[in-house]
Amino acid sequence: MVASRVLLAAGCVACFTHAGAGEVQVAVAANFAAPAKQLAERYARASGHQLSLSTGSTGKFYAQIRNGAPFDVLLSADDETPRRLEQEQRAVGGSRFTYAIGKLVLWSSSEGVVDAKGDVLRRAAFKRLAIANPRLAPYGAAAQQVMEKLGVWSALQDRLVQGENIAQTYQFVSTGNAELGFIAYSQIREPGKSPAGSSWLVPQALYAPIQQDAALLQRGAGNRAAGQFLEFLRTAAARELIQAYGYGLP
Amino acid sequence: MSDWTAVWLTLRLAAVTTLLLLLIGTPIAWWLARTRSWLKGPVGAVVALPLVLPPTVLGFYLLVAMGPSGAVGAVTQSLGLGLLPFTFAGLVIGSMIYSLPFVVQPLQTAFETIGERPMEAAATLGAGPWDRFFTVVVPLARPGFLAAIILGFAHTIGEFGVVLMIGGNIPGTTKVLSVALYDHVEALEYGAAHWLAAGMLLFSFLVLLAMYSRGLRAAELR
Repeated sequence: MVASRVLLAAGCVACFTHAGAGEVQVAVAANFAAPAKQLAERYARASGHQLSLSTGSTGKFYAQIRNGAPFDVLLSADDETPRRLEQEQRAVGGSRFTYAIGKLVLWSSSEGVVDAKGDVLRRAAFKRLAIANPRLAPYGAAAQQVMEKLGVWSALQDRLVQGENIAQTYQFVSTGNAELGFIAYSQIREPGKSPAGSSWLVPQALYAPIQQDAALLQRGAGNRAAGQFLEFLRTAAARELIQAYGYGLP
Repeated sequence: MSDWTAVWLTLRLAAVTTLLLLLIGTPIAWWLARTRSWLKGPVGAVVALPLVLPPTVLGFYLLVAMGPSGAVGAVTQSLGLGLLPFTFAGLVIGSMIYSLPFVVQPLQTAFETIGERPMEAAATLGAGPWDRFFTVVVPLARPGFLAAIILGFAHTIGEFGVVLMIGGNIPGTTKVLSVALYDHVEALEYGAAHWLAAGMLLFSFLVLLAMYSRGLRAAELR
């Protein structure tokens, strides 16, 4: 009896199957990595449950979840992916909600490059403008909408460089290889600090809202800690922290 | 179709990279195979280093080094060349670093296998150093050159992480096959991705098959 229990325990350690009660595997969109870390720490302190965060692109998570990736919760960079997962019954019906609304910012790591109205786009006195790939990343699609609205999209075509995701786009700009770029406001917005360089927080009227939805995945359906984490995301304390990172809320 | 642009770009990148690597890698390999200097160890280790770093990490450091505040970027800017990231030249340099060990190591092994004696024999017959290299060493090291070309070319075709980091996904300039393929996968266009992946595998198989069979025949003839 004891021996079989030891074997069972050893088997569990070896096979990494379902995390034990009180452990939640969360897939987090790259742009939300920093606040998610803070939220996970607070939630762990308050509840005693452990969160394990994996950050990456939403498209990759979608493919992985479809192929049996061991995630309980998805914090997506869009609203489309959670909706699709729910339709495919890979997410628990009715568990979706908007945990953050992304804000787009035009940013340069140098002072005085980006003005407060974004006129720099019309003057076009730069060589490279970085955006996230509009086909893959919601922030990239939003950047395209902004430039189309401003009527500079086709004029700037040959100066665009594309990051695979918003984190890579940030790298292009922060290393100075692109003089400026459209990134997530949360990437340059650390609570209590003013952003370095120069930036233009793009008015919401210029692009469709970037709704970032969370969903409870099928694997997390029986995991109480996973459901509680989603509830925690809706508490006033969590919302305050999300806002402090420069996100909007519904 | 934009995928054909990526195919053509990838072939050009692999060809240019392999050619330049042969020019640079041959003297390095020759020196490594012949030298008794204490520098042999350190230089050999540096040549092998690109094997260690994950390609995206290597790409990230190239992005920093070739950027405006990096050492390489400072040099290219002062020469009036501008910055290398997001250009074809930048990709060639990144690919050369990334594929360097794949070209140098087969050559070094081939040169070491030949040993000193054929060279000495040729020297006693009055052949100069260049003459000896091209008429004695190159034919004898043929399998090594073939392996270097195959590995350098194939490794560059399949390169992904470095290009992703310093390329910027510009069609016709830096959007290579692997990045286009990745794009399709991420956009959930699995059909287009499968075609591209299958085509890439088939093409590479045929090229490798042709080169390997020719190499084998050459070895049998000798």
